[in-house]
Amino acid sequence: MPVIKVNNLSKIFGKKTKEAQALLDEGYSKDEILEKTGCTVGVNRATFEVEEGEIFVIMGLSGSGKSTLVRLLNRLIEPTEGDVEIEGENLAKMGGEDLRKIRREKMSMVFQRFALFPFRTVLENAEFGLEIQGIEKEERSKKANTSLDLVGLKGYANQYPSQLSGGMQQRVGLARALANDPEVLLMDEAFSALDPLIRKDMQDELLDLQVKMRKTIIFITHDLDEALRIGDRIALMKDGSIVQVGSPEEILINPANDYVERFVEDVDRSKVLTAENIMKRPETVDIEKHGPRVALERMREQGLSSIYIIDRSRNLKGYVTADEAKRAKDDGIGDLNEILNKDMPTVDLSTSIHEIFNIIHDSPVPVAVTEDGKLRGIVVRGAVIAALADGNGVNEDATR
Amino acid sequence: MKMLLDNIPEIPMADWINYGVGWITDTFSFFFDPVKDGFGAVLDTSAEYLSIVPPIIIIILMALVAFFISGKKIALPIFAIIGLIFIQNQGLWEELMYTFTLVLYASLISVIVGIPLGILMSKSNLAENIIKPVLDFMQTMPAFVYLIPAVAFFGIGMVPGVFASFIFATPPVVRFTNLGIRQVSDELVEASEAFGATGNQKLFKVELPMAKKTIMAGVNQTVMLSLSMVVIASMIGAPGLGREVLSALQRADAGPGFVAGLGIVILAIIIDRVTQNLNKDK
Repeated sequence: MPVIKVNNLSKIFGKKTKEAQALLDEGYSKDEILEKTGCTVGVNRATFEVEEGEIFVIMGLSGSGKSTLVRLLNRLIEPTEGDVEIEGENLAKMGGEDLRKIRREKMSMVFQRFALFPFRTVLENAEFGLEIQGIEKEERSKKANTSLDLVGLKGYANQYPSQLSGGMQQRVGLARALANDPEVLLMDEAFSALDPLIRKDMQDELLDLQVKMRKTIIFITHDLDEALRIGDRIALMKDGSIVQVGSPEEILINPANDYVERFVEDVDRSKVLTAENIMKRPETVDIEKHGPRVALERMREQGLSSIYIIDRSRNLKGYVTADEAKRAKDDGIGDLNEILNKDMPTVDLSTSIHEIFNIIHDSPVPVAVTEDGKLRGIVVRGAVIAALADGNGVNEDATR
Repeated sequence: MKMLLDNIPEIPMADWINYGVGWITDTFSFFFDPVKDGFGAVLDTSAEYLSIVPPIIIIILMALVAFFISGKKIALPIFAIIGLIFIQNQGLWEELMYTFTLVLYASLISVIVGIPLGILMSKSNLAENIIKPVLDFMQTMPAFVYLIPAVAFFGIGMVPGVFASFIFATPPVVRFTNLGIRQVSDELVEASEAFGATGNQKLFKVELPMAKKTIMAGVNQTVMLSLSMVVIASMIGAPGLGREVLSALQRADAGPGFVAGLGIVILAIIIDRVTQNLNKDK
């Protein structure tokens, strides 16, 4: 069931908003409306739904209206037209008291430049939402401490924001948003002000947290790499309109129009990168020396669910899975040949990521990269996605 | 051209103002008279009580206040002790107490009126557009001019002095409060709203704490302006150090004039440093 339903939501800045809205409904463009009425279209009839527990990324370049859109969702900016339903209640039409109740209990926001209160300690910052609700001191500091622990800030409670690094400050921002246990988390370019390494850590941590929390998150970003990394679904915005909504794969493979395609092109390394760039050194078992016991032991050491089998001159023979190796060991089978799977996906060193992406999609095991029948490396799913997203996991020394 | 300008009859502006002041004096005498008597009594009593306290106790108290407020540094307390002993030594202690009382009450009233006015101004552009030119007028009009209606309303003595000082010294705290609140970053205001803060919660939990430094700078300005005004107010009979300066001026007697002037300087420095230090992070 969708938690948030946005229907025909528009924001027009300027004086003649009625006139501009009429022109908008007639299908005039943003530029034409600016020329005719002097009004700027911030958000143009946005319609989408966000499911419970998903990370919904709204992405676009600066000026595309994404920050306006997220502020329409909690009405920090008053919509010109349209509805925002949260669990069936129409936020766009409700009175001040009801709106405050929703903001206090159901939605929290994380800001680009953190928006921490410098005169409050980390704990007091995290308590802010609870304090606004009028919750007792004792209970709110308990809840705030729990949420500080959650974001990894145990022990920083009595520091002031200025004493913390950017990444840690944004953790405080996140803790503050989580402290009142909202159903929906609005994150406005939450990681954009952080340097790239910290940003990646924070993305990973958000994903980790999300496994525990299962919040509905609306995440605004201008960075496609970030969108691809964390989004369950992505909405692409241009000139105030949503041009495409879809999963990361759908957006990459099936851009809805030229704009999306041009956007994606920059990131689309799938056409230039090959298997050689992203393969890893494989864990292998030599079929002439070892049996299921060794195979099983090696899989356990490395935390793998399957392992490739080669012969003495590194020719690829097949793979065995952990289940099969276990069964073979229990049954006292000593020869790997009996449990060998030979229908593994294989590619050449020069196969493009684009092709690998299609192969790996429904393969239960990593893709084997071979050269003249010899195993050179393996490609795991994560490496393909990472390479598509931001080139991470690409081997700088692939030529060796 | 000259002919043309000369042909415009003189506008009786001064008469109108006289009429206006007279009208206000008569119409609001039900308000002015009790204020004159009641508030005058409060001022007199306060100053008298202060004068009864042995100077040494006040000097020690001032030194302690200066010590703790300046973050336990000793420069300011030492200056306060030496300065105050000097004033006592010159036989100006009672005058100092009167001036101090006037400054205290005048700036207190200015701050009590000024901060809410500044808040109103920051919240409403209409209020800002109305209040701003009034403040400009209040500040640019030569300070002496306020003494005249002050006398009309409240007679002579301390009360008109406080009134004139209120008019002259209130603008900075209003302006700085307005500025301080308007300068609070949009994101912080948005953050408080996004968490469901009411208007009052936003003001007291976010805007005023954020604007505190700016507002305190305004308070400092206001206090300093009240001091300069209560000195001028000696011209309408307000007692204190200013009266010593004035009488020395009338007798063209440089010595006593400078001595009383030094007393004002010492008081000004102590008040300035103390109010500035209120603003520092400890």
